[in-house]
Amino acid sequence: MNFDDNPQEAEFRATARTWIGANAPKQYEDELRKSSLGRTQLKNANILEVAKAWQKRKADAGWACLHWPKEYGGRGSSPIERVIWQQEEGPFGLLSRMFIIGHGMCGPTMMAFAREEHKRTYLPPLASGEKIWCQLFSEPAGGSDVAGLRTRAEKDGDDWIINGQKIWTSGAHYSDYGILLTRTDPTVPKHKGLTTFFLDMKSPGVEVRPIKQASGASDFNEVYFTNVRIPDHQRLGEVGDGWNVSLTTLMNERSAIGAAVATGFPELFEYCSSLMLDDGPAIEDRAVRSKLANWAVKASGLKYTSMRAISALSKGERPGPENSIGKLVAGSMIQDVATYALDLQGAGGVVSGEDGELAGRFQAMLLRAPGTRVEGGTDEIMRNIIAERVLGLPGDIRVDKDVPFNKIPTKGR
Amino acid sequence: MNFDFSDDQKQLRDQARKFLTEKCSPKAVRVVLDGKAPYDKELWKGLAEMGFLGVAIPEEFGGAGAGHLELCVIAEEMGRANAPVPFSSTVYLAAEALLIAGSEAQKKKWLPAIASGEAIGTLALFEGKGNPSPESVKLTAANGVLNGVKKPVADGAVADFAVVAARTGASGRDGDISLFLVDLKAGGVEVKSLANLDPTRGQAEITFKDAKAEPLGATGEGWSILIQVLDRAAVLCAFEQVGGSDRALEMGRDYALDRIAFGRQIGSFQAVKHMLADMYVSATLARSNSYYGAWALSTNAAELPEAAAAARISATQAFQHCAKNNIQVHGGMGFTWEFDCHMYYRRANAMALGLGSLSYWEDQLIDRMRKKNAA
Repeated sequence: MNFDDNPQEAEFRATARTWIGANAPKQYEDELRKSSLGRTQLKNANILEVAKAWQKRKADAGWACLHWPKEYGGRGSSPIERVIWQQEEGPFGLLSRMFIIGHGMCGPTMMAFAREEHKRTYLPPLASGEKIWCQLFSEPAGGSDVAGLRTRAEKDGDDWIINGQKIWTSGAHYSDYGILLTRTDPTVPKHKGLTTFFLDMKSPGVEVRPIKQASGASDFNEVYFTNVRIPDHQRLGEVGDGWNVSLTTLMNERSAIGAAVATGFPELFEYCSSLMLDDGPAIEDRAVRSKLANWAVKASGLKYTSMRAISALSKGERPGPENSIGKLVAGSMIQDVATYALDLQGAGGVVSGEDGELAGRFQAMLLRAPGTRVEGGTDEIMRNIIAERVLGLPGDIRVDKDVPFNKIPTKGR
Repeated sequence: MNFDFSDDQKQLRDQARKFLTEKCSPKAVRVVLDGKAPYDKELWKGLAEMGFLGVAIPEEFGGAGAGHLELCVIAEEMGRANAPVPFSSTVYLAAEALLIAGSEAQKKKWLPAIASGEAIGTLALFEGKGNPSPESVKLTAANGVLNGVKKPVADGAVADFAVVAARTGASGRDGDISLFLVDLKAGGVEVKSLANLDPTRGQAEITFKDAKAEPLGATGEGWSILIQVLDRAAVLCAFEQVGGSDRALEMGRDYALDRIAFGRQIGSFQAVKHMLADMYVSATLARSNSYYGAWALSTNAAELPEAAAAARISATQAFQHCAKNNIQVHGGMGFTWEFDCHMYYRRANAMALGLGSLSYWEDQLIDRMRKKNAA
C-alpha cells in the first residue's frame, strides 16, 4: 500500500508539471480556485473562450483527452497518468467542465459505435475543444425512466426524420453536435424500440431553449426537434439497439473518475476556521466541531474510495457500479454543508450574491445543490444501482417491462 | 500508487477468514456470550498457532515480523467473526505500548509470551465515566507501587498483565502521567468482572493496593505514549469495525433475499433496498478511511494522528449503522436472543466507546486538522 509514483509515473508527473507551469492561463488561477461549487465563472472573461483556448493549447501539445487513442486526438495514456494529470492540472481542470459530456461520454460512444471515417472526422476536434458535444437523453416523460422517451425517429429513404422534445440537456446552447436517443418502434416493449444517432445541432428544425434554474443560472436546455433530418450513416449501433448504446455511454460516465469529488467540506472548514460566533471562535464550539468531523470523514472517505478505484483501474479492472457512491454522498453533503454554513450566519444568511457573506458563496451552493442530487441519476436511482448491482437485491417491479410502448398508460388517475 | 493490500496480504486475509469460519462460528461465540467461558481459549490457542497474535511483533521477540498492514488484515477478520477473545486488548493496546515504550527486557519478557498466546495483556486507563484525558487519571504511583481503581478495563478479568496509566505528579496535566507495567497475578491487585454491553469481551474493575509496578517508558512521558497507542489501536479497531460492518450488511442482505412478505422478497421493497444501500455506503467510506489509516500506521507517517481519528470516527459510525439496521431488516426476529444480529449490535456499541467515544475522536480530528492547516 503506497502513494508513491513509480519511475515512469514520476517522469510523467514532472513532464506534465513543467508543461502546465509554462502554459496554463495563470491569470485565472486564483479565481478558479475560489469559484463556487458546481458553477465556474470568470468575472472579466468569457469562460467558454478561456476554456476552449486552454483545451486547444493542450491538444496541440498532446495533452488533450489523455486516455483516448492518439489517432482520435488523445494521448493513449494509462488511467494512472490521467489521474496524475488531473492532480497536476489542479484548478485549471475546472475549465474542462464544458467538455465533460463530450469527452467522457459522447467520444467513447462514437469510438465504440461510429464508422471509422466519422471517428477520424469528428473525434479530433472534439478532443481539442473546437467542437462541443452534448447528450440528448432525458425527456419530460422520462427523467429517471430514460427508456420512457417519446422522441420519434422515422425512416425516410436514406434519412431519419426526428420529432419530439428533450430536456435537461447540459450545454446544448453552445454545443455543435449531440448524441440522440430516439424511439424507432413504439409497438415493442420500451427498451427494445430505441435507436441512437449523432447529429449536427445546427441542423434545420433543432431549437434550443435554455432553462432558467432555481439558482438563476441556465446550464441546461430544452431541445425541440421538428422534422429534423439525420442521414442513416449517422446512426450509432443497430436499429432497435439504442438502449445498449446508451448504456455504453452511461458506463463511460462512471469511468470519469479521479477528479476530486466536490463536497463543500474544504470550504466549510475554511469558513469555520475564521468565523467568530457570539461566544468565541466557531471552530472551538463543540457542536460545530461535531458537524465538521462528521463531514470530514465523509469527504476523506470519498477521496480514498476514489484512490482505491484508481488502483483497481491501474490493475486493469473496470470501474463498477460501486463508484455511484461518490455522487450519492457528495450530492446531499453539498446541500447539507451549505444549509449549515447559512445557519451559522443566522438571519444574515438570507443575503445572497455580492451582498452576502463571502460574496454569497454558500448561498450559491445551496441553490445549485438540488441539481447535483438529480442530474446523472437521482439519489434514489443511485441507491437502486447499489442495492441491485452491488448487493444483488431484486430489481424494482417494472409493470411496463413487457408491455408494448404504445400500450403503456401515460397518465395517473 | 497502489492503494490496496498486496496479493500476499489478501491471501493472508483468505487464510484468516477460512480459519475463523471454522473455529469461530456464531455457535462458538455464544458459549462466551452465554457466560459459559470468559473467552474462547481454544480459539486463542489456534490464533497463536496460526501466528496471528504476533503477526506485527518483530521476529526477535517471537513474532512473525510481518507488519501492521498484515495485522489490519487479521483485525478485519476478527471483527467479521465477532471473535470472543482478548485480541484487541492484548495485541493492539498492550503489545503496541510495549513496542513503543518498552525496554529491551520488558519486550523480551512479554512480547514472546503474547505471540505464543501464553500472556494476555490489557490497558488500564479509564476511571469511570468520561473520555481519555490526563485529568481523569487519579490512580497514583509512588515508590514503585500503585494505588487506585481502574474501570472499565477491557478483558481485565482474564489478563495476565496491564499497562496502567498513573499520576506521578501533582497537577494532573499530561506531564504528570506515567505508564507502568503490572503483573495482575501478583499481590495488591483485586479484579472484579463487570456486567457489560458485550459479554463476548469482558470488562473489569481493577483495584490496586500498593501493587508493585515497573515503569514503562520515562516518567512524565505516559500521556504522549498513550496518545500514540490509542491512535494505533484506533486504526486496528477500525478494521475490526469494518469487518463487523461488512458481516452485518451481509446478514441483512441475505435475510432480505430469503424472507418473503406481501408475496415478495423483502429485499425487493425500495425502503429495504435503500436501507441496505446506505449500509453499504457507510461501510465503504469506513473501509476507505481505514485503508488510509493502515497506510499511515504501516509507514509511521506524519499523517497518522489525523488518519487514525478519521478511521476511528468513520468505522465507528459504519459499524453502529450497519449493526442497528441489520436488526431492522430482520424485523422482530432481529432482536431475539436466538438470532445473531444482537451480537454485532452489542459489539458495535461497545467498540464505539472502548478507546474513547465519538465526541472525543471528533475533537481529536478537528484539533489535528487545524494543526495541519496551521503548519
